[in-house]
Amino acid sequence: MIRVIKPGLQTTVQDEGRFGHYAIGMPPAGAMDNESYAVANLLVGNRRGAAALEVTYMGPELEFQTDTTLAICGADIPPRINGDLIPTWEAVNVQAGDVLTFDVLKQGVRTYIAVAGGIDVPVVMGSRSTYTLCGVGGYHGRTLQPGDVLHQAAEQARTPKLGVAIPAEWRPQFPSVLDVHVVVGLYSYRLLEDSLNEFLNTEWTVTPEANRIGYRYKGVRLNFVPRNQPFGAGSNPSNVVDCGYPIGSIQIPDGVEPIILLNDAVTGGGYATVATVISADLHRVAQTRTNQKARFVAVTVEEALHRRRQKQQRLAEIESFLEA
Amino acid sequence: MAEEFKSVVSPLPGVFYRRPSADAAEYVQEGGRVEVGDTIGLIEIMKNFYEVKSDVAGTIDSFIVVNEELIDIGQEIARIVVE
Repeated sequence: MIRVIKPGLQTTVQDEGRFGHYAIGMPPAGAMDNESYAVANLLVGNRRGAAALEVTYMGPELEFQTDTTLAICGADIPPRINGDLIPTWEAVNVQAGDVLTFDVLKQGVRTYIAVAGGIDVPVVMGSRSTYTLCGVGGYHGRTLQPGDVLHQAAEQARTPKLGVAIPAEWRPQFPSVLDVHVVVGLYSYRLLEDSLNEFLNTEWTVTPEANRIGYRYKGVRLNFVPRNQPFGAGSNPSNVVDCGYPIGSIQIPDGVEPIILLNDAVTGGGYATVATVISADLHRVAQTRTNQKARFVAVTVEEALHRRRQKQQRLAEIESFLEA
Repeated sequence: MAEEFKSVVSPLPGVFYRRPSADAAEYVQEGGRVEVGDTIGLIEIMKNFYEVKSDVAGTIDSFIVVNEELIDIGQEIARIVVE
């Protein structure tokens, strides 16, 4: 059992996500940095898809009421057990009565606390992930609060290997300006050509409105091709007749501030989506914080698929490294 | 004896507020007294409001950032003359 003394700013139970319900308007939720989450799970010997805690900006204070193993991967938020720094990207044993706290964030945004067996909350529509907007899944459908008690599940497949750290080349980089690879479309033709070029050449800044639902950026104003809006589309030229929004899709309401839709976003609506962030880069976006910079770099679908295979391969390599 | 100053540093990026709501009074003014644990401002991030608290007792020497300023992690918010 794990008792929540302080919850941190926004700590939720997340797994790989709730897939297969997008058509009824249910976004997947799930770990925003799915790579760090997966590595933390592997380190404690859990099966793929076991639930972990997603910490945002500020770490929680947790008391372990049983002996267990944990691993912390993701943003650089130095963790301490009973006041002593412990390593990240490595399995660590803790004992009943130990208290986990965190220092102030140094780099990134989100870190993942995996415990042996995973966090045990009810599986809702195939997932333990928290979708807070609708109060679905996770710990009572919400962020953790003081006094909450978490139980551990039995999703452990292997004995964790203690003292083995994930090498630096497999850990996330936190560049000062993140290149976010995008596939341009489906409604990019609605932007004026100059504006599409500006979209790809501007250094954008993450605003305070950047969360699990979406990331909003400020930079320059962009303009859409003027037209008589078709029946069913809103009156603003950034509107189209409603369409499905891919996860990672970028809309620019009124041409003012681009928004990337993420794990907890609405699944469809009437804004022109001018590009979509490739799936292999979504976890990098999730590690950029307010005031940081990003550039949108256009790639082909082939390149996007190549990068997705590379990401899957990286995880497979980490898994064999830990099993060796 | 020289006065001892304590800097209040932001643990988060976001928008800084001196008051709990638009029509409320400021939590504390320059020259005002604070106790340990007193809230001196709010930081809004991801539609969450985080209370910035003093971990010392003393008087506010100055606010380094202004109301509604966009601040970053590690940025100095205020200076307190420690009692």
